[in-house]
Amino acid sequence: MDTQSVVARIDRKHPGSILKFIKDANEIVAAAGSFPQLMKAVHEENFDMLVDIVGIDWTPRIPRFDLVYLLLSTADFTRLRVRLQTEEGQEVPTVSDIWHSANWGEREVYDLLGISFSGHPDLRRILTWKNFDGHPLRKDFPLQGKHFDKPFNPETIEDY
Amino acid sequence: MAEAKTITLNMGPHHPATHGVLRVVLELDGETIVKATPHIGYLHRGIEKLAEHRNYQQIIPLTDRLDYSSASANNIGYCLAVEKLMGIEVPKRAQYLRGIMAELARFMGHQLWLGTHALDIGAMTVIFYAFRDREMIMKINEEISGYRLTPTFFRIGGVAHDATDEFIKKVREFVKWFPKALSGYHTLLTENKIWTTRTMNIGAITAKEAVNYGLTGPSLRASGVAYDVRKAFPYSSYDDFDFKIPVGENGDVYDRYLVRMEEFTQSLAIIHQAIENLPEGPVQTDNPWIGNPALSDVEKDISALIRRFMINAKGPNAPQGEVYQAVEGAKGELGFYLVGDGSEHPYRMKVRAPCFYLASAIPRLMTGHMIADAIAIIGSLDVVLGEIDR
Repeated sequence: MDTQSVVARIDRKHPGSILKFIKDANEIVAAAGSFPQLMKAVHEENFDMLVDIVGIDWTPRIPRFDLVYLLLSTADFTRLRVRLQTEEGQEVPTVSDIWHSANWGEREVYDLLGISFSGHPDLRRILTWKNFDGHPLRKDFPLQGKHFDKPFNPETIEDY
Repeated sequence: MAEAKTITLNMGPHHPATHGVLRVVLELDGETIVKATPHIGYLHRGIEKLAEHRNYQQIIPLTDRLDYSSASANNIGYCLAVEKLMGIEVPKRAQYLRGIMAELARFMGHQLWLGTHALDIGAMTVIFYAFRDREMIMKINEEISGYRLTPTFFRIGGVAHDATDEFIKKVREFVKWFPKALSGYHTLLTENKIWTTRTMNIGAITAKEAVNYGLTGPSLRASGVAYDVRKAFPYSSYDDFDFKIPVGENGDVYDRYLVRMEEFTQSLAIIHQAIENLPEGPVQTDNPWIGNPALSDVEKDISALIRRFMINAKGPNAPQGEVYQAVEGAKGELGFYLVGDGSEHPYRMKVRAPCFYLASAIPRLMTGHMIADAIAIIGSLDVVLGEIDR
């Protein structure tokens, strides 16, 4: 599949939803306003598998985070990346109603980077526990953990 | 009329049939599962966070511990991602050796799956045969790297050292022996009435749904989607080899079993072609900033000694950029998303773990089945918690 023509079609359908298209990396930089419409249009263009969601903390840049959605078409094995920039405290519309794999993918981003997703059916921490302090993959989170100097008491862990 | 009551049963994390520390909370109506909620994270070691504080060479042993049952298959994904980021070409001989090691790792993963999956359902004999043959691969790993389970044999820009004659001899022996062992596995299970009753039409998923759930690897192929990263996006000279992608029809536990059994044969074909056509030449890239100088040079030449020390202690720098490299691990598409910032350690490393998304499909697969089938479904997905929790 020719990603260039796919991008042109989506751009005609939802003008302004694509800020930039980087041909070498097959990457779309998405506008925050019409993100759900863009992702629906991408899904309709046969990108039927959401391979993974990658969150990157670019602190002290504003907006702080990059979300990279890795997509694959199983019809002819074309890859596409969709990048969305988001600021701390801002909610990102969920795509778990389009691809079910986004359900756990978004939970992981929420857990490790602290980005909330609006409309997610089950937004809970996934790898750490309920009352875990902080988000480990943020750049201001120390490698040793936040309370390294205090003894760890497993009894304090709250579970879902 | 009395209201229907359900009971909640906690399965795991310390349950021998959950293949690690997977915990599934089951809601039962009698013996039927009405709801299953997987809980993960009991083995979270923060490998992605650790990687941000280590140089590129030092991350390789961490990747061994993702899917520890097929360690070399993780190494190859990570090394290829770094090489893609740095723009390094790997010599042909190293590519073939990597291919052999990755396929042997797939054998180890599938043999562990076969033994434990059958043991979970009640066929005890299989694990002894599977582990007898797994031991042969352990010996091959030990011969080439000194380690049995986690070889860490790959380096950025090639492999640690050249293959010994003993290694080649042992791989040839294994290739010769294994078809006999495989027909033994088939005799034990494939047409066994108890096995087929326990596995056919259990945990079936359609192709469309499997894709939507992000399933990859044998679990996706069992539903009829012929997606194999080795064919779709060939890497490390896989396009030199002649092999087929086994595909199932129904996407149930039995089809996932058949697909993996056929993968044994196909992996064996790849190893056979690679070991017989092993090209001559170096096993490390000739880039002086990345390739390790040979130990024989280090003994004679002070500059080679310093260079070897610097490459291993400080590590090479990667340019700025973002790459995604996927390989076909034993469980499915294993991807590494690397963000380089010009320094000697990655700014961000994201591991796309196939088992993470396999586990996310557990509620969909289990709902409506009997509680005894829960074990069969977990076994057939072949989840490894080291990879899910990272």
